[in-house]
Amino acid sequence: MHCGKAWDTESMADGDELEKKRRKIEALSEKMAVDEGHVACGGDWDGRWNHLKKFLERSGPFTLPDFEPGTETLQFLLETCKILVIGAGGLGCELLKNLALSGFRNIHVVDMDTIDISNLNRQFLFRSKDVGRPKAEVAAEFVNSRVPGCNVTPHCQKIQDFDESFYRKFHIIVCGLDSVIARRWMNGMLISLLNYENGVVDQSTIIPLIDGGTEGFKGNARVILPGMTACIDCTLELYPPQINFPMCTIASMPRLPEHCIEFARILQWPKEEPFGDGVSLDGDNPEHIQWVFMKAQERASEFNITGVTYRLTQGVVKRVIPAVASTNAVIAAACATEAFKIATSAYVTLNNYLVFSDVDGLYTYTFEAERKENCSACSQVPQDLQFSSSAKLQDVLQYLTESTSLQMKSPAITTTLQGKNKTLYLQTVASIEERTRPNLCKTLKELGLADGQELAVADVTTPQTVLFKLNFTS
Amino acid sequence: MAANKAAKEQKYDRQLRLWGDHGQEALENAHVCLVNATATGTEILKNLVLPGIGAFTIVDGHKVSGEDVGNKLNRAQAATELLQELNSDVSGNFVEEVRAAGSYEMSQIWLDTCLRLGAVLWNAEVPFLVCRTYGLVGCMRLVVREHTVVESHPDNALEDLRLDQPFTELKNHIDSYDLDSMEKKDHSHTPWIIIVAKFLEKWYSEHNFQMPKNYKEKEAFRELLRQGILKNENGAPEDEENFDEAIKNVNTALNATKISSTVEDIFSCDLCDNITAQTPAFWVMARAVRDFVRDDGNGILPVRGTIPDMIADSEKFIKLQNVYREKALQDASVVSKHVESLLQSVGKVHGWHLNNFITNAAFLRVVRCRSLEEEYSIESVNKDEITSCMDNPDSEMVLYLMLRSIDRFYQQHSHYPGVYDYQVEEDISRLKVCVNSLLQEYGLSVSVKDDYIHEFCRCGSAEPHTVAAFLGGCAAQEAIKIITQQFVPFNNTFIYNAMTQTSATFQL
Repeated sequence: MHCGKAWDTESMADGDELEKKRRKIEALSEKMAVDEGHVACGGDWDGRWNHLKKFLERSGPFTLPDFEPGTETLQFLLETCKILVIGAGGLGCELLKNLALSGFRNIHVVDMDTIDISNLNRQFLFRSKDVGRPKAEVAAEFVNSRVPGCNVTPHCQKIQDFDESFYRKFHIIVCGLDSVIARRWMNGMLISLLNYENGVVDQSTIIPLIDGGTEGFKGNARVILPGMTACIDCTLELYPPQINFPMCTIASMPRLPEHCIEFARILQWPKEEPFGDGVSLDGDNPEHIQWVFMKAQERASEFNITGVTYRLTQGVVKRVIPAVASTNAVIAAACATEAFKIATSAYVTLNNYLVFSDVDGLYTYTFEAERKENCSACSQVPQDLQFSSSAKLQDVLQYLTESTSLQMKSPAITTTLQGKNKTLYLQTVASIEERTRPNLCKTLKELGLADGQELAVADVTTPQTVLFKLNFTS
Repeated sequence: MAANKAAKEQKYDRQLRLWGDHGQEALENAHVCLVNATATGTEILKNLVLPGIGAFTIVDGHKVSGEDVGNKLNRAQAATELLQELNSDVSGNFVEEVRAAGSYEMSQIWLDTCLRLGAVLWNAEVPFLVCRTYGLVGCMRLVVREHTVVESHPDNALEDLRLDQPFTELKNHIDSYDLDSMEKKDHSHTPWIIIVAKFLEKWYSEHNFQMPKNYKEKEAFRELLRQGILKNENGAPEDEENFDEAIKNVNTALNATKISSTVEDIFSCDLCDNITAQTPAFWVMARAVRDFVRDDGNGILPVRGTIPDMIADSEKFIKLQNVYREKALQDASVVSKHVESLLQSVGKVHGWHLNNFITNAAFLRVVRCRSLEEEYSIESVNKDEITSCMDNPDSEMVLYLMLRSIDRFYQQHSHYPGVYDYQVEEDISRLKVCVNSLLQEYGLSVSVKDDYIHEFCRCGSAEPHTVAAFLGGCAAQEAIKIITQQFVPFNNTFIYNAMTQTSATFQL
């Protein structure tokens, strides 16, 4: 990954000319430093990028083979490199700062959220006066005003609002997301940009994806080269599905304060609709949380369970993940270091996964996550579906959602029958769901599906449909 | 006042869930001092200001240079203003004077400052964290004489179930169950702890009162449990999730209850033996627990009182939970009596969080770091650690040796290697001389690859922001651990290699 280079061999040979040029530039720089507060074109003052120049203008023993010391790499960073940051939250704020102070100037940031007071303990680009405003906007404003020459463009939207034409423009994409689904979608988008020639990926279509995640005092950072190294879906087992309490425990056998809270949230709220018909529970509304809290306390005292607190209630209802500034600082720093390495070839890139924890001392573990041969996202191989011809479509649906390697949320299944496209089942549009629901109870044979039939499955976890091949076991 | 408190609780909500209100209180009562507002220093402070540290003071006599964010103020003042902005709950100030307490001059020489400051702080028993970003390498050194931790928050703590030696109340509770006479509903919702206890009794009668010890025996015990699952009319086993849980937990539930060596070490410290009026609370409480262990607990710690969630109906679970809870309270009051009598003997009273200590008795930790003087002295340098790590020439230890070498370089040449473009090549050979003299002086028969010497010249003591930010996050959390006395600090040298994204901790 780097700018093209062309040494002007003639001027190199002319040492005197070069020396004259150097002295001229030096004199100019001195003049700039003396002028109080004056900045020359480009917004750079003397010494501003000294710390970077040491790595970019000198050869070193740990650089990538294609690294060539010179001024052009810094130029590339400052003027050409376009980098996208997904998320302007705990990781995003740190990332924007890190990138801006590392010479990246052409930065875009995407975040659909608005600022909440509970963000302020770590998302330092925001102040209490900013609560309620869109994160991407405030973050961009802050960086643009404090880092001269840096241009951050905010997008207060969902990542799904953009298509290939948007993402294709970037040299590097860094994610500071808080959802596995969003990560998988981003992963899928970059994979969809790949061009293959004779089964080999065209390297110029690869956009490196740097992904960071944190939770409490733990975090991880990874580098993904779509089509070449392990992608998010290759290692889906590293993100185990969220465990919910069994309904029978919540409904009739609570033992923990959490069970009492879930009872109020899942069963009592829909039944009593305490704030009006059709008004759903809003985790950000303190009155709603207070209601759940009180109901949970009632239930808890009925069963002699202790430990229901307002804080616990809020935590369970909102699925709160504890967070501090320090962990986000560490992980975002690691991600930004990798962005710098990728953009400059100044050092070997992380290959490819870093795990961090500072609960007991400080612990890091670095390893190479392996690609999955039959990865549903990046392997280009139609996924194998093994079912008996007398299995029901419902069984297939269950497999798609429950398998740890797929973990789909609400898959829509279509296929081609007698030359025509047919939707077998789709959940996300009410009218289609109703129309196709009877198909769930039909067997695959009854639906007219044959051995070897290809099914196309769409889901929120991926921007592209996933191809499956049906293999009848009986 | 109340509104402000509520706003703070909301602001700090995400971190309160990690260190609790008492941890936050400790943080808000703390005052930290940062010496040198470098990129690393300001990053550390940022990560302390955001979570609400009580106060900070920056000591720095430097002017802002072009390499710092373009600002013509003095560095200490500039940093203080920027950081103050991040959190209005925090009070910050700065000192530009180069004379600190004790009237010694702050040296331009980094190492000199460290060692002298280190000595002062060691005597004053003030924890000292030395952080440095040098090229793509970050280094942290913790210097604290003794740091005790009650709430270490261990990741994979074993439960304290006492199945190998059930206390009387537990035994009575277990006896109150008769699995054979139970209806299916009750049978399937009996806590697995009861089930394992019952079948253990059966096992004892057939195995000379010995617990299942090895894999074979544990597997046989699991089979015994499987046989205990109810069968339907056709003789097929019913779906009894509680029995599945029992089988799964056989591995850990049947281990002998005993005190870990870490805790034994704490009990055998001098501080535990000789209680005086000056003994810190931690040691008085540790001694009280030790007295319990020896006089009342039959060699075991007081009962912890918690059990994990498990498949069971509410009544059975709560009843069982209460058996453990009440025993824990009982044991705690005995420990409390020991505390009182210890304090009486030295003429004191207390208002300590005794229950917190007792619940965490199995997870107590003590961290003791060597002083900088010990690390740097030829007589006490940790040669073994250094040489054994260097068996791998790319171990992070080589980065430590390089950092020691560049300080040596500075002492001789009054600048860091590679700072000036035109001198890089020359500095490489001069640095190599420093490396060799360091190794020789300390009698370290290790070899340092030329690549590292080259790299440490190449970087010209630059402080890249992302490496400073990484270290800043690490250091801030270590400071928070010291202040809140929760979670366990590292001991005592942490090296981060941003080139390979690896790290290591050495005890030097």
